[in-house]
Amino acid sequence: MKKPIKPEEKLDIEDLVHGLENYHPPRKGWTWRIKPADGVEMGPFHFKDMSTPLKKSIGLPASKYFDFIDPQPSCVVTTEIASGRFEDDIRRMRMAAWHGADHLMVIRTTGQSHIDGLLEGTPEGIGGVPITRKQIRASRKACDLIEEEVGRPINFHSYVSGVAGPEVAVLFAEEGINGAHQDPQYNVLYRNVNMYRSFVDAAEAKHVMAGARIFQIDGAHNANATAKAGWLVMPELMVQHGINCAFSVAAGMDKQLIGLSTVPPNSPPAPKLWYDLPYAVALRDFFSEYKMRAQQNTRYIEADIEEAIRTHTVDTLISMLTRADVQSTITPDEGRNVPWHYNNIRGVQTVKQTWAALDGINELLTLRYDGPLGEMARDIKERAVGFLEEIIEVGGYFAAVERGFFVDSAKYPDRNGDGIARDGAGGVGADTLVPRDPDYMAPVCDHFGNNALPDGLNKPCDLIGGCTLCDPSKIVFIDELDPDDNCHKRLETTRPYRTGGKIKPEVEWAGDGIVLVQLFVPENEDIAPVYAVEMAKKMGLGDPEVINIQVMHPSEGCFVEVKGRVDFEIDRSSLKIPEKEVMLPEDELRRVVKEVGLKVVAGTVGEDEHSVGLREILDIKHGGIEKYGVKYHYLGTSVPVDKLVDAAIETGAHAILISTIISHNDVHRAQMRKLAELCIEKGIRDKVILIAGGTQVNREMAKETGLDATFGRGTKGVHVVNAMVKALRSMR
Amino acid sequence: MSSDRQQTFKQRQLDKLTDEQLKERFWQLTNQIVKPIVELAKTHTSPSIERSILLRMGIDSVSSHGVVQRILDAGLLGKGAGHVLLKLAQRQNIDVRAAAQLILDDASVLTGLFKS
Repeated sequence: MKKPIKPEEKLDIEDLVHGLENYHPPRKGWTWRIKPADGVEMGPFHFKDMSTPLKKSIGLPASKYFDFIDPQPSCVVTTEIASGRFEDDIRRMRMAAWHGADHLMVIRTTGQSHIDGLLEGTPEGIGGVPITRKQIRASRKACDLIEEEVGRPINFHSYVSGVAGPEVAVLFAEEGINGAHQDPQYNVLYRNVNMYRSFVDAAEAKHVMAGARIFQIDGAHNANATAKAGWLVMPELMVQHGINCAFSVAAGMDKQLIGLSTVPPNSPPAPKLWYDLPYAVALRDFFSEYKMRAQQNTRYIEADIEEAIRTHTVDTLISMLTRADVQSTITPDEGRNVPWHYNNIRGVQTVKQTWAALDGINELLTLRYDGPLGEMARDIKERAVGFLEEIIEVGGYFAAVERGFFVDSAKYPDRNGDGIARDGAGGVGADTLVPRDPDYMAPVCDHFGNNALPDGLNKPCDLIGGCTLCDPSKIVFIDELDPDDNCHKRLETTRPYRTGGKIKPEVEWAGDGIVLVQLFVPENEDIAPVYAVEMAKKMGLGDPEVINIQVMHPSEGCFVEVKGRVDFEIDRSSLKIPEKEVMLPEDELRRVVKEVGLKVVAGTVGEDEHSVGLREILDIKHGGIEKYGVKYHYLGTSVPVDKLVDAAIETGAHAILISTIISHNDVHRAQMRKLAELCIEKGIRDKVILIAGGTQVNREMAKETGLDATFGRGTKGVHVVNAMVKALRSMR
Repeated sequence: MSSDRQQTFKQRQLDKLTDEQLKERFWQLTNQIVKPIVELAKTHTSPSIERSILLRMGIDSVSSHGVVQRILDAGLLGKGAGHVLLKLAQRQNIDVRAAAQLILDDASVLTGLFKS
C-alpha cells in the first residue's frame, strides 16, 4: 500500500494528508535503540557505546575523512520540531532523522493546555502546533515512511497536560503516539490548573498511556528554568520527580517507561560541573529504577548559537559521565526565535559529535565519590528527604502547594517566600470533580479507579462490543472544522515553492524567504545594529531585524547577525546546473591504464610560464596521473601548440594535456581551439584525447573549444584519468 | 526565620542515615504523599475523564462534549457517562452512538434513567 520514499525525492505532502480517515498506526509503543553488546565496528574503529548504525544517514562534516562513518549514540536522541505548521515540520523531521534523531517532539500551540477538550482539523499554531487527530495521523504516517528510509524506528512525541489530559491521552493511545510529557505538577504550578482536577485527570491519563506503552516524561525541569537561580532548587527537583514517579506507578505505569526530565541546572561562566555533576549523581542514585531523559540547559541561552552549543556539549558530557537513556537536544537558536530547520540538525550534531568523541569514556575515567562529589550528592539527597518530611508535616502535597513550597528560589531548607502558591479552590477547572457513585461504571479499557463492572467480563469493553483501543475502526475521524484555517489552504499557497519549481530560501515554512546575514561592523554596539539594519534594507531584504550582537571591542567593532526576508523567487529551470561527473572506481581506472599502456604529452601553452598546476596533475607525489600508471612526457612551459601535437604523433601518445593560466583577451580559449584545429588538420583528432586545464577554465568549455574535457580549479589527477578512460571507451 | 528552618532541618538528623536508608526513606515518604491523591483519583471523576470514556466508546470529540455536559447538568456524572449511555442504549434498544445523539437532541431522556 505505502510506497517507499527515495532519498532523491521530496516527501509528497499532498499524499500524506490524503486518505487520513483510513490511516491507523502500524505499531504502538516506545522503542529503544539497539546497542550491540560487543560494540560496533565502523570504518577503522571499534566503538563501545554505540547503537546499530542507520541504513541511510548523513554523518558529521568530518566524516568524509573517516570513510563516511556515522556512529549513532546508544541513547535515543530527541529533537523538538514545532513551527506552527505541521506540514512544514514533516520535512524537517525527515532531515533530523537523517542526522540521527529518533525521538521527534512536537510542542503544542500556545494556550492548548487551557482548552477543555480536543481540537480537530489542522489550524495554524503559534509557537507550536495545534495537536489534533488529523495532524497526528499525517505526522505519524510520515514517520512510518521516514523510519523505513533511515532504518530505525522513530518515536513521535507530544504533551498530555492541561485540562483535557485524559482525552488527549486516549487520542495519543489510539493514534500510536510513542512518547508524551505528563506531569500533574506542571499543570498546577505553571498552567494554574486546579490541583485536585489536575491529579485526578492525570491518573486516568497515565493509565491510558500505560496501556499503549507510551513513554512518559515529567515536567520537573521547568523548576530550574523558572526559579531565579536554577541551581539552588535541586532538592525540590528530586521531590517533584519523586511525586510524579510514585503517582505514575500507582496509576499503573511500568517504571521502564517513566522518564525523568532532567537538566543540568547551571551554565558557564559558572563552575557548572560543581553543581551539575553532584546533582546528576544524586538523581541517578535515588531514581536508579527509572529512565533518564537528559535535557540540555535552556535557562541561560539567549542569542548566541555557539555559546549554546558549547554549553550543550558540556551537558552531554554530564549525561555520558552519569546516565542518559534519552538525550534531548535543544536547538541552539531557541533563545532568539522559533527554531529554524538547520538548527535542529545542529542540536543533534552536538550530541552525535560529543558522543563519538567520548565513546566509552567510563572505561577510561571514573568519578571520585570519596571526595567533594560524594559529599555534595549526599547533601542534595538529605535536603530532598527533609523537603518530603516537611510536606507530610504540613498536611500533604496539596497543603504544601497552597503554602508556596514549590519553585522557591532559595536552597532548601531556606525559603525566599517567592514560590508559586496555588489555591486548592482556584485555578482552571476548579470545582469540576464529581465523586463516583457506588455503581459508577465505565465500559472501556484502560480506565483507572473504581469501576462497578458486572461480573464475568473478559474485558470491560465487552459490554459495548469493543472500544476504540481494541477496535480502531470505531474511532471517529473529524477532518476539518474551519474552511479557511487548515493545511489544504496553506498548501495551496506554498505549492509553487514545494512542487512548482520556484525557489525561495526558508527557515521554517515553505516560501518564508528568511535569510540570515552575518557581518562584522567596525563600530560600537550602539551604531553597529542600526547600520546592520540599514545595510540589510539596501540589500533588498524585507523586515530586517538584528537577532544577535556581540561586542568584539567597545570601540573596534561588533559581530552582528541580521535576519530578513527575500521577496523574490527564482525559477529552478532558469538555473544552469553543472552536470555531475561520474567517477569510475580507482581500480578500474588503473586496470584500463595498464591494459592500454596509457601515455600522454603535456605542457603549458602560449607565453605562459606557470607550471605548478600541471605538475600537480602529473606527478605521483601530488596524487597526479602518474599514480594511476599513466606515463607522461612533460614539455615544459610556453610550449607552442604545434610542438605538442608533433610530440604526440612522434611518441604515439594517447592524449595531449595542456595547461593555460593566462586568460586576458581570451587567450586561453584561443589556445584550446587551436589545439583541436591542429589535430584535425594533421588527421589525428579521432586518435588522440585532448584535455585542457587552468584556473580560468571550466568544465563547460570543452564543447565550445572542441576538446574532450576541460578542467578548472580543484582538479585532481584522478579526474583527468577518469576523463581519459571515458574518452578512450567512446573512441573504441 | 532562615536559621530556625536550618535548625529544624538539623533536628531531622538525616545525616545519621546510611545511603541505603536515605534512599529508602525518600521513597517511603514519596509513596506516603501520593497515597491519598491516588485514593482521590480512584473515587472521583471529571468531565475530561468522562469525555475520554465516550471517545473510547466511539463517540466523536464534538458530540462527547455536549453529551457529558448534559449528563453533568442532569446530575448523573457520578454514574459515569459511559454507564449512562449504555443504560439508555439498552433501554431504547439502540447503539451507543444513537444514544449519544438522543441525549444531544433532548436531554430529558436522562430523567429517571437510574430510578427503579
